[in-house]
Amino acid sequence: MNYAIQLGLFLQTAVQMGTHILLATSGGIMCEKAGNTNLGIEGMMLIGASVGYWAGYTFCDPVIAVLAAGLAGAAGALIYAVITVTFRGNQVVTGLVLTIFGTGIAGFLGKTISSHFLPATIQNAFAARAIPVLSRIPVLGSAFFTQSVYVYISVLIAVVLYLYLKYTRWGLNLRAVGENPAAADASGINVTLYKYVHILLGGFLAGAGGAYLSLVFVPRWQENITAGAGWIAVAFVIFSTWNPLQAIAASYAFGALKGLAFKCQNLVIFNHKLAISTHLLDMIPYLATIIVLVCITMRKKKENQSPEALGNPYFREER
Amino acid sequence: MIRIVATTELSRRKTTFMRILAVTAALAAAAVIMLCMKLNPLKIYGQIIAGSLGSAYRFRETVNKAIPLTVLSLGIGIAFRMKFWNIGAEGQFFMGAFGASLAAFAFPGIPRPVLLFLMILSSFVFGAFWSLIPAGLKIKFNASETLVTLMLNYVAQLWIGYLQYGPWRDPAANGFPKIAHFTQNAILPKVFGIHIGWIFTLILAFIFYIIFKRTKFGYEIDVLGESEATAHYAGINVPNVLLVTVMLSGGLCGFAGMMQASAIENSLSEQLSGGLGFTAVITTWLAQLNPLLMVLVSFLFSMLIQGGNFLQSAMQIPSSMSQILEGIIIFFVLGSEFFIRYRFVFVKKPKRSPDLPEAAK
Repeated sequence: MNYAIQLGLFLQTAVQMGTHILLATSGGIMCEKAGNTNLGIEGMMLIGASVGYWAGYTFCDPVIAVLAAGLAGAAGALIYAVITVTFRGNQVVTGLVLTIFGTGIAGFLGKTISSHFLPATIQNAFAARAIPVLSRIPVLGSAFFTQSVYVYISVLIAVVLYLYLKYTRWGLNLRAVGENPAAADASGINVTLYKYVHILLGGFLAGAGGAYLSLVFVPRWQENITAGAGWIAVAFVIFSTWNPLQAIAASYAFGALKGLAFKCQNLVIFNHKLAISTHLLDMIPYLATIIVLVCITMRKKKENQSPEALGNPYFREER
Repeated sequence: MIRIVATTELSRRKTTFMRILAVTAALAAAAVIMLCMKLNPLKIYGQIIAGSLGSAYRFRETVNKAIPLTVLSLGIGIAFRMKFWNIGAEGQFFMGAFGASLAAFAFPGIPRPVLLFLMILSSFVFGAFWSLIPAGLKIKFNASETLVTLMLNYVAQLWIGYLQYGPWRDPAANGFPKIAHFTQNAILPKVFGIHIGWIFTLILAFIFYIIFKRTKFGYEIDVLGESEATAHYAGINVPNVLLVTVMLSGGLCGFAGMMQASAIENSLSEQLSGGLGFTAVITTWLAQLNPLLMVLVSFLFSMLIQGGNFLQSAMQIPSSMSQILEGIIIFFVLGSEFFIRYRFVFVKKPKRSPDLPEAAK
C-alpha cells in the first residue's frame, strides 16, 4: 500500500513536471502541421512566462494572467508568421532569432517582476484539486485526478487538438496545407490564413506553457525559468510523431525522467551510494528523439512522417 | 491589381541599400520602443558604441567575441552552401573544446607549439566526428540533419556538464563544480594583446573566400547545394563531397571551441559557448554565406553583445537589451529580404473575355 501511495505521488510530480512541455509540444505540432518549423518555442515560452507573471500580480486574476501569457506568446508567433509566411523568410533563422528576442524580453521584464509575489487568489486558483470519485482510484487517482486546473486543461487541449486534426474538415485542410500547399491552394483552401491561425495558436500554447512554470509550478519568477524546455518541445514534436495524444505520453515520460533524476541523486542500494548523473539522464530525451527520427524515416509509415512541405515557404507565383 | 514577381537578377547596390535601410528602420523602431520605456535611445546607442570600441580594452573584448563567431560562421556557412542545414555548431563547438581539453590534460608538459597543434588537431577531429553523425544518418536513413544537429547540441553540452560535475571535477576547487585550468602550455599566445586566434580567423576567412571563388571543390559544394541531381549528372561524387564538407564544417566549429577554451576560459565548462553556436547561424545567414562578409557581420554582432554588457554596468540597463535589439534588427533584415528577392508589379486587371480559358491569361 505504501508503495502504491509513493508511486502515485511520483506520477503526480511527473505530470506536473511535464505539463509545460505538453502545452508547448501541442503548440509546436500545430505549427509544424501548417508546414512551418518554429525554433522560437523557447522564446515564446519565456515571453509567456514573464508576461503571464506580470499580469498575474498586476491584475490578480488567473484567467487574465493565462490569457495575457498566451497572447504574448501569440504576439511572438505573429512576428514569426509575418516574416516566414508573408515575407517568406528563412524559418530556421527566424525561429532562432525569436528565441533570442524572447530571452531578451524575459530578461528585461525579469528585472522588474522578480521583486513581486503572486497574490493568493492566483495561487489558490491553480492549487491542486481532487476530482471527486476519480481521485480515489489507487495510484492513478493522485497521479492524474489530483492536479491543478491548468493540468486538466492542458490534457483537454491535447485531446481536442488530436480530434481536430483527425476528424474535422479544418484539421484535414490544415494537414493538406502542411503536406502540399499548392494542392491545398488549388482546392480553394486559404493557405496563408491556415498558416497564420495555427502558427498563432502554437504561440498561444507555448506562451501558456511558459506561464504554467511561473504561475503554477514554481510559482515565482526565476531567471531562465524555462531552462531549455522549449527545445525539449521542439524535440517532442518529432518524438510524438506530430500526434498530440502521443505528446501527452511523451511529456509525462519526460516529467517522470526528471523526477527520477532528482531521486537518483542520492539513492542508496545495498549500502552503496548510487549517483547517476542528472546530466546523463537529461540526454535521454534528445537521444530518444534522434532514434525516433531515424525510425520514422526508415519505416516510411505514412501517418508518422513529418509534413511533406515542412520548412518550405509557399509562394503561389512560383508554383 | 498587384502581382509579386521574383526578381531575376539581384543588383548588389540595391541589395546593400535595402539591408542598410532595414537596419536603419530597425534602429528607429527600437528607438521608439526605448522612448516608450522612458529611455534615451541616442544615449543607449552611443553607449553601445562606446562600450564596444571606446577603449583598447573594450575593443579587445569585442574582437575576442568576434573570433569564435566568425570561425563558427565559416563552419556553418560551408555546410549551408551545400544546403546541409547544420545548426549543430553549438554542439560541435563543445565537442571541439572537449577534444582540445583531452589533449591539454593528457600532455600538460610537452612544448607549447606541439601541444597547441595537438589541441587544434584534436578539436577538429572531435568537432568533425560530431557533425558526421547527422551526415551519416542523412545519407543512410535520410533523417533531417536540421533536427539531428539540433538535438546533438544538447547532448554535447550535457556531456560537458557531466564531466564538469563528475569525472573531471577539480578536487582542488573547494567543492565548486569546475574543471581544472589548463597549464600555461595549452593557452594560445597573444599577438598585439589579443590571442592569436584573430590571425587564424582572418586567414581562414580568406582561404574560404578563395575556395568558393577559385577551386573545383568550392564549385562542387555550390553545385550540390543547387541540385543533387545535377551534381550526380556532372559526375560529382556526392557522398564524398558531402562528407568532406560536413567534416570541415564540424571541424571548424570544433576549432572555434578550442580557441575559446584555450584562450578565453583557459579551461572547459558547460557555459563555454553562451549560445554562440546559435548566434553564428544568424550571422552566417546575414553574411549571405560570404566568408569575407562573415568577418564584418560577426564583428558588428560582437559590438552589440559587448555593448550590451557595457550598458549593464554603465547605465544599469539589463544586458538583455542587446538581445532585444539583436532580435529587432534581424527581424527587419529578414523582412527586407523579401523586398530584395521579389518586386511588385502593378498590372491593370485585364478585362476578362468569357470564352478565354483560365490558363490563357
